Amino acid sequence: MKTENQIEIASIEELRNEILSKRKPDQPEIVVAGGTCGFASGALEIIDALKSELKKHNLEEEVSLKVTGCHGFCAIEPAIVINPGNIFYGGLLEKDIPEIVSETIMNGKIVERLLYVDQSTDEKILHEEDIPFYKKQTRRLLANNSRIDPLNIEDYIAIGGYSALEKALEIGPDSVIDIIKASGLRGRGGAGFPTGTKWEMTRKAQGEEKFIVCNADEGDPGAFMDRSLLEGTPHSVIEGMIIGGFTIGSNIGYIYVRKEYPLAIEHLHRALEKAHEYGFLGEDILGTGFSFDIEIVRGAGAFICGEETNLLKSIEGAIVEARTRPPFPVNKGLWESPTALNNVKTLSSIPLVIGNGAEWYSNIGTNTSKGTIIFALVGKINNSGLIEVPMGITLREIIYDIGGGIPKGKKFKAVQTGGPSGGCLPEAMLDMPVDFESLTKAGTIMGSGGMIVMDENTCMVEIARYFLTFTQDESCGKCTPCREGTKHMLDILTRITKGEGHEDDLTVLENMGNLIIDVSLCALGKTAPKPALSTMRYFREEYEAHIKNKKCPAKVCKALIKYSIVADKCTGCHLCFRNCPTKAIVGEAKKAHDIIPEKCIKCGICFESCRFDAVRIE
Amino acid sequence: MVKLTIDNQVIEVPEETTVLDAARKLGIKIPTLCYNPHLKPYGGCRMCVVERTQENSTRPPDLIVSCAYPAENGAIILTGSERVLKARKFVAELLLAKCPDSKEINELAESYGVSRNDKSDVVGYYLLNRAVSVNSTKCVLCGLCTRVCAELVGMSAVSFSGRGSKRKIKTPFDRISKTCIGCGACAYLCPTKAIRIEQAEE
Repeated sequence: MKTENQIEIASIEELRNEILSKRKPDQPEIVVAGGTCGFASGALEIIDALKSELKKHNLEEEVSLKVTGCHGFCAIEPAIVINPGNIFYGGLLEKDIPEIVSETIMNGKIVERLLYVDQSTDEKILHEEDIPFYKKQTRRLLANNSRIDPLNIEDYIAIGGYSALEKALEIGPDSVIDIIKASGLRGRGGAGFPTGTKWEMTRKAQGEEKFIVCNADEGDPGAFMDRSLLEGTPHSVIEGMIIGGFTIGSNIGYIYVRKEYPLAIEHLHRALEKAHEYGFLGEDILGTGFSFDIEIVRGAGAFICGEETNLLKSIEGAIVEARTRPPFPVNKGLWESPTALNNVKTLSSIPLVIGNGAEWYSNIGTNTSKGTIIFALVGKINNSGLIEVPMGITLREIIYDIGGGIPKGKKFKAVQTGGPSGGCLPEAMLDMPVDFESLTKAGTIMGSGGMIVMDENTCMVEIARYFLTFTQDESCGKCTPCREGTKHMLDILTRITKGEGHEDDLTVLENMGNLIIDVSLCALGKTAPKPALSTMRYFREEYEAHIKNKKCPAKVCKALIKYSIVADKCTGCHLCFRNCPTKAIVGEAKKAHDIIPEKCIKCGICFESCRFDAVRIE
Repeated sequence: MVKLTIDNQVIEVPEETTVLDAARKLGIKIPTLCYNPHLKPYGGCRMCVVERTQENSTRPPDLIVSCAYPAENGAIILTGSERVLKARKFVAELLLAKCPDSKEINELAESYGVSRNDKSDVVGYYLLNRAVSVNSTKCVLCGLCTRVCAELVGMSAVSFSGRGSKRKIKTPFDRISKTCIGCGACAYLCPTKAIRIEQAEE
């Protein structure tokens, strides 16, 4: 049934031309990088300041203000781009706004002090795309995040949105599958299953009703790729899902999204409403007789629901428990019906693949891993943020050229890919190409795109213990090896970090870890031992130092370190004395201080606050 | 019908037959804990694992749970390979470390050669001698009680609570379940006799 306010569309091209004809391309425009990360770093205040400043100068009508999704470079937000001129200002404060409006907007002058400064050359950079962080990236999926207002469907249509849907409806499901198969697109949730094959299997599966489900239960600590896409370009995901529904023969799709992503959920809701209004969702889509609708299901905060069989259980409203496969969801998924389950990034890729063709998509990447891959680059890295790079790029290029290296001139130690169940790779592996197969061979996983960089002050035993605490806590508890085994591994690791390691511990951990991987039911148990196994493989000497010498080389494990004050260096400035939360520091002003070991809780505040390097960690 | 090979014996079974049922038709013994023919396959305890590969496949064999895995055309199953026995022994050791006082689990572990004094089995020796002892219990969390109550009795008087290593079998709010009809099916099915039936005083 057509709703009353639904818009009649003859063709997407006509609609796009109509939208473009109404636009004023020469109108000055201020683009604010939004998204959860942008708002958290102060973009909302910047938006308010811009509005009131434009109002003050009666420029509200003449200058358009656009809030987009996250542009990716989290480290320099809040940031804006001004057109004409494509001028980029980052790290803004509210007090910078009057100058920007009066100088750049009204006089066409550049505010030099707000330009980005390249750390290595000290050069000022005018355009966003010339910043080293962006230069080595290939932003295909994330490009829209900087270009469109996610709440304005016309913005999406203006840059070619929903043309791929029109094309898919015209060429039919079999041709869509052929294109996706030829493009080499593999699932971006982590396992890398070929998307075309998955859709073909679901299409051919027997079942009266079929479903397509979008996995947006992004639970890895430090990962925010899916959130950013849902917030910044929700229509890409929706368009991908409609094409998927049409291809597999489904009339209903579900987006399973974490409840911790309120902005993404809001943007999705509003995008779905608009898609209905324009007739991209609902009955008889674009006059083809195909009907499709999308519902949003909010996850309740369990990491395990990112695993496909658990996710489907959760949508059904059942207790989440991993289920043995086969039957695979493509044959028996949601409510026992054939179900195609795809990641946010996979579905966002679909309009690009269909719109630009298989060859365009596969012209970058490696033999077996095509296209681009999005990572959330975080941890001990100068340029933290969201990056999109061609498959096959090396870890070194990502960390040093895009990420700008390690802060404070510290030494790189390890990089972890694949979230809490991924492995940690050392310096020697940095020249390895990033693709599904290479990462697996190196003992980690591609995962859905978390990338955590660690510096020399990171203890690898403690890292393994931390991640195992997470996965152990998030295990559903159904199968014996994951429930019992990971708990035992965690006990051993905890003991080692306390200096109570036993000479057999490493052999036990290795054997037990491999058995858990072999015998566990689902992907959580099959990957949970990886942080421990990979750190034992690459940083064995660090484990041995903990076990044999009762030393933590990175000086992190509290039970193995001792704080003391070097009398020669201490000026008696009293700073540590004042900051110590347990009053463990004694000493008179201008005389060397001392730490009472019994009172010291090893919080490190004295070490951080001392300006004379007088606090020593042993 | 589908045709598969189990321990070098070819068998033809109707579609949707599990590997476990097919193996049992051949008289091959596979140990189970959480399995019951009248309930839906669960695949939680992992005792019934077997090795599976496909004719002419280049992929390395998988370890699968025979109680839940369907028999497929051309499947080649090994029920007693070294990998299978190692996996079952590991599961038995984990359960024995959890339930050291259970007679049934002790017997099961013994049948897989588990010995507290075997130092060559590093994992087992650790689990049974040095591992942090958790509160000793008889419950192996196989879920037979919750499943029989939900699937056959239709009452769901007991259920799982918590997740991961905090998982437990409980009645709602830890009180005497209002929906329990006292049929005793849960106690009857419990493989380790962790559930007792008591006569309540009027």
